[in-house]
Amino acid sequence: MKLLTCPLNGKRNISEFTYGGEYHVMPDHRTSSARDWAEHVFFHDNIAGIVTEWWCHTASSFWFLAERNTITDEVIRTFKADEIYQQRIDFTAIATETPS
Amino acid sequence: MPFGLLKYGLRNNYPAKHHFTPSKELKKHYDVVIIGGGGHGAAIAYNLAKYHGITNVAILEKSYLGGGNTARNTAVIRSNYLTEAGVNFYSESVKLFNNLSNEFNYNVMMENRGQLTLAHSDAAIRSFRWRAEVNQHLGVRSELVDRQTIAELVPNLNMSEDSRFPIMAGLWHADGATARHDAVAWGYAKGACDRGVELHQLTEVEDIEITNGRVTAVKTNRGRVECGAVVQAVAGASSIVAKKAGIPLPIHCYPLQAMVTQPYKPILTPHVSSPQVHVYVHQTSRGEFVIGGGSDPYPLYNTRATLDQRESLSAAALELFPFLSQARLLRQWAGTTDMTPDYSPIMGLSPVENYYLDAGWGTWGFKATPICGVTMAELVATKKVPDLIKPFELERFYRFEQINEAGATAASH
Repeated sequence: MKLLTCPLNGKRNISEFTYGGEYHVMPDHRTSSARDWAEHVFFHDNIAGIVTEWWCHTASSFWFLAERNTITDEVIRTFKADEIYQQRIDFTAIATETPS
Repeated sequence: MPFGLLKYGLRNNYPAKHHFTPSKELKKHYDVVIIGGGGHGAAIAYNLAKYHGITNVAILEKSYLGGGNTARNTAVIRSNYLTEAGVNFYSESVKLFNNLSNEFNYNVMMENRGQLTLAHSDAAIRSFRWRAEVNQHLGVRSELVDRQTIAELVPNLNMSEDSRFPIMAGLWHADGATARHDAVAWGYAKGACDRGVELHQLTEVEDIEITNGRVTAVKTNRGRVECGAVVQAVAGASSIVAKKAGIPLPIHCYPLQAMVTQPYKPILTPHVSSPQVHVYVHQTSRGEFVIGGGSDPYPLYNTRATLDQRESLSAAALELFPFLSQARLLRQWAGTTDMTPDYSPIMGLSPVENYYLDAGWGTWGFKATPICGVTMAELVATKKVPDLIKPFELERFYRFEQINEAGATAASH
């Protein structure tokens, strides 16, 4: 049975988790084009090697990040998102800035 | 009827001929380099040589002919898709498959067995009705069938109303078929090699040279080769190869697992698929039951088999065919599938001039082999994108014009 360590819930069976996609920096909508958004939404690095990716512990809805080797399927480490996101992103403020 | 086979059968002795040219040194220049010696690569080379007179072609294969996903797929041929682009494309492929043994003078063991997809919910019936209407409109034989017809088509299917997901209706696709997947690759490669194409196995492309936005050469583990054009047909490694040409792709690689039982007497004729319980089953002409369609839940470049998938595929197969509980499993394996966001392939032009893409073949690549060979060869020879594959170009993702075939794909993701 394959185990994944959730930073909140500890070691759990990997079937309790949902894969959430590669970690990417979201483009700034104020400066990016439709093409940039298409790449952000649809395109993937799809690396054969060590990747950083999102995972969610489904039952507790806890999102976190993992570094995993996509050739050997070894999880190198898992960590909370606050290692990357130090500040809260205020989407409401961004949305109201959008010209109509 | 392949007459060559008949003539051969009536001979007194049976001379064995080598199918493919023995390996030799790479030339300095080829008009066309095809990266990937699977069914698709061989089909493209075959069509270039036979119908476009382009024979200075090399197929570069890092391992051996047809040893990748051509060998690992479960050999399902069908065209009951949902979109107009999808149905038109795959139905042309089914037509070509029907004549493939004659085309090659080589038996690909094509069997028109039909395919039955099961509905276990009202929502599935609605989507099947939609697919049946689209299919019929485009000349593909698909129809919604009731429980009684299903029981007649597949007498040993579990029709109990007490099961967890009772069967409510089905989508019967009379055009559904199967063929020997290795023979398809061999037939194409043989036909291509007979006409002067060079097949280079154990030849891995390590880098791709681009000058002024145009591909000029490939570097391999056996030396550098200049080329007029390059086609990449490397299902399962599309992102890795395209990256060497600087082309990002909307692909994630997932392993797809399948397994077979020992051979048994013929008892199951059509291919039976259930999107609800996530399994499809058919019996090969050798008698083995192929049980397939288990995708891993996250991306991986690895073809190991897992106990999790064996358990879930077995449970689902037993729900449909309880008599399989006594069957012994012979083997279980995986192939790496290039999953695209819309479950349709990526074919045609790329941002690099003279570099053509044949990628994103997810779980639908084998059935497209013949039409892919025809259309990609036409594209390389004429530099004009054939209408049939225009909708599948890479640019569609930038225009937000996806071709959604998620519901019509047998494997679950």
